[in-house]
Amino acid sequence: MPTVSMTVNGKKVSGTVEPRTLLVQFLRETLGLTGTHVGCDTSQCGACVVDIDGDSVKSCTILAVQCEGANVTTIEGLANGSELHPMQEAFREHHGLQCGFCTPGMIMSAVDLVKKNPNPTEQEIRHWLEGNLCRCTGYHNIVKAIEAGAKAMGARK
Amino acid sequence: MYAFEYQKPKSLADAAARAANEDAKILAGGMTLIPTLKQRLARPSELIDLGGIAELKGIRKEGNDVVIGAMTRHADVAASDLVRSTIPALADLAGMIGDPAVRHRGTIGGSIANADPAADYPAAVVGLGATVITNQRQIPGDDFFTGLFETALEPGEIITAVRFPPAQKAAYMKFRNPASRYAIVGVFVAQTAGGVRVAVTGAGPSVFRQKEMEAALSKSFSPDVIKDVKQSPDGLNSDIHASAEYRAHLVGVMARRAVEKCG
Amino acid sequence: MSETGIGARVTRKEDFRFVTGRGTYTDDINRPNQLWMWLLRSPHAHARLKKIDTTAAAKMPGVHAIFTHDDLARDNVGGLPCGWLIHSKDGSPMVEPPHPVLAAGVVRHVGDPIAAVIAETRAQAREAAEAIEVDYEVLPAVVDTREAIKDGAPQIWPEAKNNTCFDWHLGDKDAVDKAFAKAAHVTKLDLVNNRLVPNAMEPRAAIGEYDVATGEHTLWTTSQNPHVIRLLMGAFVLHIPEHKLRVVAPDVGGGFGSKIYHYAEEALVTWAAAKVKRPVKWTADRSESFMSDAQGRDHHTHAELALDKDGKFLGLRVSTLANLGAYLSTFSTSIPTYLYGTLLAGTYTTPAIYVETRAVFTNTVPVDAYRGAGRPEASYLLERIVDLAADELGIDPAELRRRNFIPKDAYPYQTPVALQYDSGDYFTTLDMALKAADYANFEARRKEAASRGKYRGIGMATYIEACGIAPSAVAGALGARAGLYEMAEVRVHPTGSVTLFTGCHSHGQGHETTFAQLVADRLGIPIDQVEVVHGDTGKIPFGMGTYGSRSLPVGGSAIVKALDKVVAKGKKIAAHLLEAAEADIEFKDGKFQVAGTDRAKTFGEIALTAYVPHKYPIEELEPGLDETAFYDPKNFTYPAGAHVVEVEIDPDTGVVELKGVWAADDFGRIINPMIVEGQVHGGLAQGIGQALLEHCVYDDSGQLLTGSFNDYAMPRADDLPSFHLGTNATLCTHNPLGVKGCGEAGAIGSPGAVMNAIVDALSPLGVKHIDMPASPRRIWETIQAHRPRMAAE
Repeated sequence: MPTVSMTVNGKKVSGTVEPRTLLVQFLRETLGLTGTHVGCDTSQCGACVVDIDGDSVKSCTILAVQCEGANVTTIEGLANGSELHPMQEAFREHHGLQCGFCTPGMIMSAVDLVKKNPNPTEQEIRHWLEGNLCRCTGYHNIVKAIEAGAKAMGARK
Repeated sequence: MYAFEYQKPKSLADAAARAANEDAKILAGGMTLIPTLKQRLARPSELIDLGGIAELKGIRKEGNDVVIGAMTRHADVAASDLVRSTIPALADLAGMIGDPAVRHRGTIGGSIANADPAADYPAAVVGLGATVITNQRQIPGDDFFTGLFETALEPGEIITAVRFPPAQKAAYMKFRNPASRYAIVGVFVAQTAGGVRVAVTGAGPSVFRQKEMEAALSKSFSPDVIKDVKQSPDGLNSDIHASAEYRAHLVGVMARRAVEKCG
Repeated sequence: MSETGIGARVTRKEDFRFVTGRGTYTDDINRPNQLWMWLLRSPHAHARLKKIDTTAAAKMPGVHAIFTHDDLARDNVGGLPCGWLIHSKDGSPMVEPPHPVLAAGVVRHVGDPIAAVIAETRAQAREAAEAIEVDYEVLPAVVDTREAIKDGAPQIWPEAKNNTCFDWHLGDKDAVDKAFAKAAHVTKLDLVNNRLVPNAMEPRAAIGEYDVATGEHTLWTTSQNPHVIRLLMGAFVLHIPEHKLRVVAPDVGGGFGSKIYHYAEEALVTWAAAKVKRPVKWTADRSESFMSDAQGRDHHTHAELALDKDGKFLGLRVSTLANLGAYLSTFSTSIPTYLYGTLLAGTYTTPAIYVETRAVFTNTVPVDAYRGAGRPEASYLLERIVDLAADELGIDPAELRRRNFIPKDAYPYQTPVALQYDSGDYFTTLDMALKAADYANFEARRKEAASRGKYRGIGMATYIEACGIAPSAVAGALGARAGLYEMAEVRVHPTGSVTLFTGCHSHGQGHETTFAQLVADRLGIPIDQVEVVHGDTGKIPFGMGTYGSRSLPVGGSAIVKALDKVVAKGKKIAAHLLEAAEADIEFKDGKFQVAGTDRAKTFGEIALTAYVPHKYPIEELEPGLDETAFYDPKNFTYPAGAHVVEVEIDPDTGVVELKGVWAADDFGRIINPMIVEGQVHGGLAQGIGQALLEHCVYDDSGQLLTGSFNDYAMPRADDLPSFHLGTNATLCTHNPLGVKGCGEAGAIGSPGAVMNAIVDALSPLGVKHIDMPASPRRIWETIQAHRPRMAAE
């Protein structure tokens, strides 16, 4: 079985995996990073979104072996200890989550959006979330949270 | 997924040699292949990841044409200044594919090699009269898509790039499937040096040119002239989201809107 | 109001773990030495299992065991029970066929489990399952209730003639017939309530573990009600006494009803773990969820409304075919009956109502409660027929509703379909929603849209629901096989912090915050001194879980009762310490005070005294400050409200664009407005999803055509607008908090409002009704069907 090495949340990690191992399996099962979730098997729901080399990617649709040498950030890598990332704080402040299952993917997607578009409009936010399903919130407060998170991320710079 | 071997060749020649194996599959962005593997609908013995071949990536200008490397991601095409300034409709189309996470992985080569009847890129390849460049030859866009998930590619043949000639005017309009967000109908309209092209994806088993509309638009490039051109529903796709008749109707609507969008 | 008390927008205590990816969902749990289960599921909707050959599969790598029905039968494993007995019109009990954990000779829907493979890894289990050879004799299948009841239709159960489970009715048929005889106008409507897939974002999962040393079984599962699972599985399926069975529902990623029921996989992992003496884990793929999670709705209904010349409703007659799927899911039979027929008075004074529901088996996945459960079906039917009547009579739909609303001074109001509403004000919520939507000036907007070639429409719907299920005695009399109270234990620690144990279960509702607010508010302690524990039968006393918007009305009331006991005991302790009469002790702002003096003890001092009883009335009072209460409500609660929706339709494509969604709701007292708004938003999205997008479709052979998110249209962010909400409270009169519940309202009111808006938009074409979902295709086809008539006119 091949060995794969990558940087996850700033730490160098490596593991022996079957080639068919998905990144999300490597994260959850090998590294024990269970914040990244699996909500579907057709690459639609976005619960598994992580950041790979600066872009949001569905970790259920990429093999771990494809991530050799990559820099991966998961939801566990966003906060600085007990200090939440501004987008995490915004989701909490604006009740952008209920059951919490889609939340890691939502937040990772949102952070990527704001990185690429620091002042997104409501329509741009809604369009960007095309690949992230939520069944609880009706997206209303997710959109509000991302608007606020974008402002907070801008202020932090 | 069934088990397979994984290879990440550094050179095109190595990749091509491996791809000659009938049981092997080429992995580009993986946005279709990996879900297919997960559903256990394919059982390749080996995946050949093209991600390690530098020459397949990037966008460059050759003469007036835009040449996009096969492993160039949709997000990069959508954001490319070169594409935006030369063929903005192509950048728009790339920005409409899937969702952001898909656009961060999916590639033009993978999309057209897969030839999904509801994919977007085939409309641009045919609509702009592009040329598909492989490790063996150059294939005119019109000849590339041969049927449902079928292309002119031979075993071991690998797309290296797609060459898009510029258009005077071009636009893509897409009617999304409410569930999958793939194109129920997508129409790419372009005024090119070789005449007007109207390429339709999503509606049939494979992308096709709407010649009647092309003829009408060649005379006068305005939405009104194709109002009465009836797309026949014969042979069009039909499913729970759209009947063949509805698709046929949408071909007209999307074509008119694309012409309008051309300005 | 304090910053964290009743009525405060307190951010959620549970969110830190969720936003940092540190929640613990069932699939996040892995037990030492665990094995995996994969289920071989039927690819056919109806087939006889002539032979199951596991020989080759058993030799596959990693395989420990393969179980089929025969193995379960040898251990006397029972079938999955149905929790509600319905009687037919003629008094006969419903047909209650067995619901085997693994198929017993016949499979009856695509996805019906046939064999369980236990292996070292999930992939190995799955591969071995594929290697099991099954000889199927494919039988004819039926999926549509209208076909299933016909003579000659494929029979799913020999004991259920014409596939009928029961033929139930409610109401006074003679009174309704008389009302129709004197009616000036009768409006008739046939409609479909489309079948839905709940699709909580977390797929179901379960882990079974058996401790050989103690004989204890543990099940971790994605459940809304772990005690109910323990009771049903322990008593009916696996015959494990409760003291040897612990059921844990940790963080659960949404339920919407689909995680109420006891499922085969829960029993299988629990049983298999004891067989193989290692933990056994199962996690559903989404594809499995589509064919194994109970689905929702699926009604075909004919309704008739009788009105007098002034538009007063005289009588309502309803006949419904309800699809139950192939087996009876846990609460399936109560949904199209007591949670549906009893709501057909809605917000109106209709004096005579008669409803009959014929429940039908089909070769489809079982159907059970999905957000709203029966009440959305009732509300949608009523609000569509009221709008149709308004159209036929030329009366403004808001005006027709007002003419028939239950007057504000008529409470308690006894409906002709069993319920007694305790409080409400339907006029105010309708007016609020209409005003917010600028209903008065709508016609100008319709005109402006028409000038752009678009059809614009506005629609409204009022709704009422019966929540806080329920008085146990009433439910029992109606056929429920369980009690429906709730419990709470308030454990005050020696230093005055509190752990609250609740039988409710939070899978997104925010109980850890709302309930903590209740405790903090009553005891006058900081909210961070309160921890809420739920979801583990090993920790909490017997509780009934969360569904039917019951957590606050029932569970919250139990908390208040327990808190009252704590305060009462605290007063006794304080009286002793302060050497005052107990009657003179007041408890306020966290202090026990002798009335009219400044002599007081803090809550913390009383707590410490309770556990360090040095100066303590030990003769009269036990030490400790730990109180449990069970609350069984006297009545349902009746949240109600009005929704208004404005749409614009593109006739070229059939696309419906939502221009605005307004909701005005009466939930009684609100503890945390932020959480309540979130519940409404989510409900609205699901109701709008039902109206515009979602539809679970089987082909005639019983194959599921919408088996993934590629074909089942889930509402996405760009399908929806932001919502406009308002509330007006009339308090519930019979629970201590005055609360009514808010979890389902959004999903109940919105489908009717959306569809009324769409029909209104297309009314210039002569469109009178469209079934859900109003997909672009359906709208376009409707427009095409009506256009020739326009041309002829």
